[in-house]
Amino acid sequence: MAQIESKIPKGPVAEKWTLYKDGQNLVNPANKRKLDVIVVGTGLAGASAAASLGEMGFNVKIYCYQDSPRRAHSIAAQGGINAAKNYPNDGDSVHRLFYDTIKGGDYRAREANVHRLAEVSNSIIDQCVAQGVPFAREYGGLLDNRSFGGAQVSRTFYARGQTGQQLLLGAYSALSRQIKKGTVEMFNRTEMLDLVIVDGKARGIITRDLVTGKIERHAAHAVVIATGGYGNVFFLSTNAMGSNGSAAIQVYRKGAYFANPCFTQIHPTCIPVHGESQSKLTLMSESLRNDGRIWVPKKKEDAEQIRKGLLKPTAIKEEDRDYYLERRYPAFGNLVPRDVASRAAKERCDAGFGVGATGLAVYLDFATSIQRLGKKVIEERYGNLFQMYEKIVDENPYETPMMIYPAIHYTMGGIWVDYELMTNIPGLYAIGECNFSDHGANRLGASALMQGLADGYFVLPYTIQNYLANEIRTPRIQKSMQEFESAEKSVKERIDKLMSIKGKHSVDFYHKKLGKIMWDKVGMGRTKESLTTAIAEIKALSVEFWKDVRVTGTKDELNPELEKALRVADFLELGELMAMDALNREESCGGHFREEHQTEDGEAKRNDIDFMYAALWQYKEGKAAELFKEPLVYEVVEVKQRNYK
Amino acid sequence: MKFKLKIWRQENAQAKGKFVTYELDNVSDDCSFLEMLDQLNETLVDKFDKPVCFDHDCREGICGMCSLYINGRPHGNDSGITTCQLHMRRFKDGDTLVVEPWRAKAFPVIKDLVVDRTAFDKIIQEGGYVSVNTGGIPDANAIPIKKVDSDLAMDAAQCIGCGACVAACKNASAMLFVSAKVSHLALLPQGSLEAKERVDNMVSKMDELGFGYCSNTGACEAECPKEIKISNIARLNREFFVSKLG
Repeated sequence: MAQIESKIPKGPVAEKWTLYKDGQNLVNPANKRKLDVIVVGTGLAGASAAASLGEMGFNVKIYCYQDSPRRAHSIAAQGGINAAKNYPNDGDSVHRLFYDTIKGGDYRAREANVHRLAEVSNSIIDQCVAQGVPFAREYGGLLDNRSFGGAQVSRTFYARGQTGQQLLLGAYSALSRQIKKGTVEMFNRTEMLDLVIVDGKARGIITRDLVTGKIERHAAHAVVIATGGYGNVFFLSTNAMGSNGSAAIQVYRKGAYFANPCFTQIHPTCIPVHGESQSKLTLMSESLRNDGRIWVPKKKEDAEQIRKGLLKPTAIKEEDRDYYLERRYPAFGNLVPRDVASRAAKERCDAGFGVGATGLAVYLDFATSIQRLGKKVIEERYGNLFQMYEKIVDENPYETPMMIYPAIHYTMGGIWVDYELMTNIPGLYAIGECNFSDHGANRLGASALMQGLADGYFVLPYTIQNYLANEIRTPRIQKSMQEFESAEKSVKERIDKLMSIKGKHSVDFYHKKLGKIMWDKVGMGRTKESLTTAIAEIKALSVEFWKDVRVTGTKDELNPELEKALRVADFLELGELMAMDALNREESCGGHFREEHQTEDGEAKRNDIDFMYAALWQYKEGKAAELFKEPLVYEVVEVKQRNYK
Repeated sequence: MKFKLKIWRQENAQAKGKFVTYELDNVSDDCSFLEMLDQLNETLVDKFDKPVCFDHDCREGICGMCSLYINGRPHGNDSGITTCQLHMRRFKDGDTLVVEPWRAKAFPVIKDLVVDRTAFDKIIQEGGYVSVNTGGIPDANAIPIKKVDSDLAMDAAQCIGCGACVAACKNASAMLFVSAKVSHLALLPQGSLEAKERVDNMVSKMDELGFGYCSNTGACEAECPKEIKISNIARLNREFFVSKLG
């Protein structure tokens, strides 16, 4: 078995990052100009990395599939970004943020990486304020904070309900400045279709110009993928329509380890599914759980009447309501972590207490808070979210409780990286949601923005130099090399194959089928049986897809059907990998819940003796993927059973 | 619900476009306008026809990618929303819906309902930022900012860059878009140092790219999905004037 080399620096956890920076190699300014870096993706991680590398003097090329880098899905994050500033003087510290993140991740993340994340969190806030990000402020002119699930301090900075938007526009403005300066070259409406490896090192990518269909080669000394998560495997998720796992699967096929693919986050507060034609799910910010109380009817007959539309929730008496989170978890109540809240909702609905037409919904009720604080305060806090809800559901949440249900939201698993954020392919880096590194088996609210910007502004721009310092003698990479030619050829063959099938069913038909398998069998509750069935079904679906998919139009034009077909082909591969990983992990931890492994009162039961490791999968052509293990060693944090009761 | 759809079809940037009429039945009133188009596209794929191309991504009203002109209004007949947030229950059963791309010289059609909005990126590249590099930044609370200024800056910063303001304007002016960014940064101490150069460079880029002049009709404000206020244009004019005074 290959030795997993995570390159964690020596020394105490709190000093590792400083020691690393003190000892790492740097590239001098004259040499930076001679080095090219490719960054794929313009979300928080990609845009911040490209801007920072450009400022340093590297030649950067950056790509996005949308019409502008400002569209990346980081823009949709609502709630906030965590940092250990301790401005509210409530006892926060770098250590506490580090500890909460490790615990929230159910002890499945790497200590050294998470500590570094907590260390740089404060610099992110400084950086964003300097860029002009309009964070919420107090009347005294200083920054305001609020609290989020899984923490006992207020460490979340926010810009109304649009924190992701404002942070992304900050990174986009820094990126725009570098584009103007010529240090960064921007490729809009361009999608990566393969990685090019020369002599074992990542040296470029093959792309498709989405407007003309032209397949192009791009070469560099290093390649960074910042392409986000793969939640769209489930078809219905809170991800953007174009969010995909293709770059991750492409590098996986070229030998990069895919770590913990089964760790997906299911967000408890989303607007429930309404019908067959639905294309995506809308998240309602976790911050709503600060003032909303979650309940279902106590009596099954009430729930049935509600489902038939014969009874209104407001008609149910207080004593006939089951505030199940407050009942089960008195200490954290409605603010338990996401995985716990999601499972509890599913448990009630499966038991027959669900509401809404489908029975797959629970109430999030603001009546108590409106009574206590007044409608005006609630409106100030959540006005835009209430309005959004009303537009979609056509009900007024000030008068009748909101209906919510869990939905796929984020993927903690991803491409394996070492301490330097480099994959096991030299010169290939993965940053932001597309890597596996910081959130373990469950991510805390307001930590995704923190990680994306930490990687892009403050980690990668350092660590990549440690690699590039040894590349200063490597001349510009030539696109005419045979490796580029053969990668381009295989991309073209894949496209030709998809175009030539001309089968019976549309791409969406297969995507929806895959989504259903994933949600039913690899979703919130997983069993050995459901996973084994899922693997067989996905395999069969994949065969059917490659035999019978219909892609209309041509390859030499703007063709969204072809774009989707390429992505769904990759999702099929990813879905199988996720199910395999979930099958292997015989324990319940964080977002991964194996029904065989639960305590008597239905809580997740971890197995630290056998599974305290990151599961690394390596692609084997024509065979099952091979499993490698990176043991997780906790030097500082004492490993405990999570308890929110 | 049943609809008659008159949709702009255009093969590519060079081709001449035309309206094509489609009938679509069994549309759920719960579905969004874009989900209705998905449904139409499924029927087109069934017939081996080319689906209608349209820009979209987040489908929750924040990425700014969707951009349809529906029955003569950008983002359709509702206020404060993007096309992806428009629901079919807002229409009557049997309605005829005319769907066009944004129409503006600076936003050329790429295909069907998809237009090229890189002109907006180019304007931002001229100065829609504070010139700070990563790192070496003082503590975030070192610069206190009045809440009222910060709130006003946030109001302007909410712009999603969709281009509805340009599409709504009879002159295809980008003043609301440019003024939102200029205001956002001019209202904050971090951005005020470069305010003069910023407004100068962004306005001249806007003119160069073929956007029209502002004649204060207010159509942009009426159609902006994020309800960006026209008072930002007044602030832009003031900033521009001041920059000319030297």
